[in-house]
Amino acid sequence: MCRCILGEISNMAAHNFLWSLTKNCFTFGLIGLTVSDRYASIVPVRGSSMSPTFNPTTDSFMGSLSDDHVLMEKFCLQKYKFSHGDVIVFCSPSNHKEKHVKRIIGLPGDWIGTPMTNDVVKVPNGHCWVEGDNPSSSLDSRSFGPIPLGLVKGRVTHILWPPQRVRHVERKNHQNRHSPS
Amino acid sequence: MGVRNQLSLFVTFAKEGFEKSLLVGKFFCCLHVVNTYVCTPALAYGPSMLPTINLTGDLVLAERISTRFNKVCPGDVVLVRSPVVPRRIVTKRVIGMEGDRVSYVADPKSSDKFETVVVPQGHVWIEGDNIYESNDSRKFGAVPYGLIEGRVFLR
Repeated sequence: MCRCILGEISNMAAHNFLWSLTKNCFTFGLIGLTVSDRYASIVPVRGSSMSPTFNPTTDSFMGSLSDDHVLMEKFCLQKYKFSHGDVIVFCSPSNHKEKHVKRIIGLPGDWIGTPMTNDVVKVPNGHCWVEGDNPSSSLDSRSFGPIPLGLVKGRVTHILWPPQRVRHVERKNHQNRHSPS
Repeated sequence: MGVRNQLSLFVTFAKEGFEKSLLVGKFFCCLHVVNTYVCTPALAYGPSMLPTINLTGDLVLAERISTRFNKVCPGDVVLVRSPVVPRRIVTKRVIGMEGDRVSYVADPKSSDKFETVVVPQGHVWIEGDNIYESNDSRKFGAVPYGLIEGRVFLR
């Protein structure tokens, strides 16, 4: 009978332990999800459209392990206030499930010169013009036009991986832009 | 002796305070997850959706599950982040999905002329129910699907 009671107590202890472990995992998952949705999160950068800022080498041997992982902050979404040269993450206008990383070249009211068509485009209200740092392999506003600022999901501030490339992401100005002032 | 007592009292208070704030934090995170992934309330006002939504304001419930899984259809009333002012969320009805051919009256107050447009890939065409007083896709064009915030299902 003693062994029976001992067996039951150890069963209950294991049960309690599993239950408290599940509760803790759930709590941390909830907190992590909230923080990553509202404040900052880490995203991998795929492709070479932002070379040499991100993914300067196309290393197909290592695959996704060698991709740059960056810190994306969401505080800029409170006021939707961006500056020229910010690197942002946004939902693609042709496929809302894809996210792209590009640099803001023009803000509302700017005139952008496109050397391809010799055209000058004015960025409408509430939109922005984005381009990749590597113009030869970048699908950006030169193909799909200015994007609404509502599609922006965050601003990239630091590279976090790989460890030898940890640094702050700087703003870079573009020569093709003419601001009204 | 007195210092030890005071220290242990302080530790008890600190532990209790920490546990209470953890509870508040957990509640806030729960609220955020439900708001962002399940459904959210919103106050819709303005003349652009008369007679469906009141001029002075109607409390609506919008769910976020069908927008995440691409289940939004023409005829749904949706919450959309305005492409002109990104901090503002507007309520409009979906008229056409990508690839649809949409016919609309550009300016009903001045003429009856119909214009036709094909909705580009990844975009939707939204219009207010009250086309005389509605600032919608007839003015700013088709909006990308990524701007849709939720589908209204309860008023």
